[in-house]
Amino acid sequence: MSDWRPTGSAGALRERARLLSTIRTFFAERDVLEVDTPLLAQFGVTDPNIELFTVSESNEKRFLQSSPEYAMKRLLASGIGDIYQLGKAFRRGERGSRHNPEFTLLEWYRTNINHYELIREVAELATRVLPVSSWQVWSYAALFAEILNLDVFTASTEALSKKIEEEGISIDAPLSHLDYLDLLMTHRIEPQIANWGLVFIIDFLPEQSALARLITQGENTVAARFEAYYGGLELANGYWEETQADALSARFTDDNAKRDLRGQKQIAPDTRLLDALEAEFPDCAGVALGFDRLLMLMLAQSSISEVMPFAWDHA
Amino acid sequence: MPNFSTNEFKPGLKVMLDNEPCSILENEYVKPGKGQAFNRVKLRNLRSGRVLEKTFKSGDSLEGADVMDIDLEYSYTDGEFWYFMDPNTFEQHSADRAAVDDAEKWLKEQEKYEVTLFNGAPLAVTPPNFIELEITETDPGLKGDTAQGGSKPATLSTGAVVRVPLFLSEGEVIRVDTRSGEYVSRASKS
Repeated sequence: MSDWRPTGSAGALRERARLLSTIRTFFAERDVLEVDTPLLAQFGVTDPNIELFTVSESNEKRFLQSSPEYAMKRLLASGIGDIYQLGKAFRRGERGSRHNPEFTLLEWYRTNINHYELIREVAELATRVLPVSSWQVWSYAALFAEILNLDVFTASTEALSKKIEEEGISIDAPLSHLDYLDLLMTHRIEPQIANWGLVFIIDFLPEQSALARLITQGENTVAARFEAYYGGLELANGYWEETQADALSARFTDDNAKRDLRGQKQIAPDTRLLDALEAEFPDCAGVALGFDRLLMLMLAQSSISEVMPFAWDHA
Repeated sequence: MPNFSTNEFKPGLKVMLDNEPCSILENEYVKPGKGQAFNRVKLRNLRSGRVLEKTFKSGDSLEGADVMDIDLEYSYTDGEFWYFMDPNTFEQHSADRAAVDDAEKWLKEQEKYEVTLFNGAPLAVTPPNFIELEITETDPGLKGDTAQGGSKPATLSTGAVVRVPLFLSEGEVIRVDTRSGEYVSRASKS
């Protein structure tokens, strides 16, 4: 007989429904408008680390959205104000105890605030549902210095490669500079900060900016981004958004060059998003939070399949 | 052999890593916020038995290993090789010392063993979990001592030495757990 039963227990699914409701209340209290943008869109993200599902419809190809970011930004450009979306997102190949290719994402944008102020709001939501009352903020560089005794601003690719070897991480070389940093993050830093409570990491390297703006911090240029971690799990990823269409367009081009190098398909830049930014885009900060992961942390479950009705293999 | 990508890595999949046949034990997908995804993989080298951890960029692939497990009957040894026969095809396979390894002391003629073949040649031999063997050497049995504890060493027909209850004597057949090397019971006489 086929395995038809749900992967999440009835208790977990009841908590899931309650968390959906808690989040909607949280934003209603703050006058943030719920929106539901299309899941099947004509454009998709160019990020080389995200693989999109495509769906064919007669002669047309559509992308299942990996996040509602582009559509929500077009709404922001239209002057809609503060918005949030609580819905499904899709990423190919992301399967594991903390990943499901179809997952639920909470994404929200606040106008006229920066990412530091948004961190406070993420913390308010997290402390409402998780057993934490305080949080720490670390810069990316300070964390690497503290845990790995490494200066991320000056370390050469060779030095990173040597560090990987010293740390006993076995992987076929050579990797790119950023890949080495990512490897140290997932293999050494994430496990280390697992028992630090709620941790926000800020001031990423300019090369890790994604769609965040660049700011000057002392003598370094950094990406105005943050990530939230709890229990070693990356929970949220936020930006003080880049508002310049030409800067964003340059990143799309850069992403596609990387895709070329890696033998991945190019993704056409979303011209509607670029036009929206060109027309009028408010100063804003936005964040995407993994809803399923928040539930995992609330229920102390180690596998994402236990907090959803039917995980990938059972869907 | 086909190539397997990291998202096809499942426990039990046999792959080639650095020219060695390995079996995948665990595969964990990890991905930092906006960065490169990796798979942290635990593998057992099927030749040495050693467990190793290796990280791959997600999407990387490994060649499958031509490894299969078949049941073969042990025939005999000439001291250099141990000969096993396929009871269906009568095909004979010769295993060297490295392949037989710890299984040597459990090899009994006409008994079936799971033999792992790599590129058609025996790589490892696994005895059945339980095997019945005759005691060839032990101190004399103490009659009427069946209720009490205590044990003594006994050498079995294959050369294995196990601890058995005091009441057993030479010539008796016992059932042994090959995984722990422990006495289980007296074998039922057939």
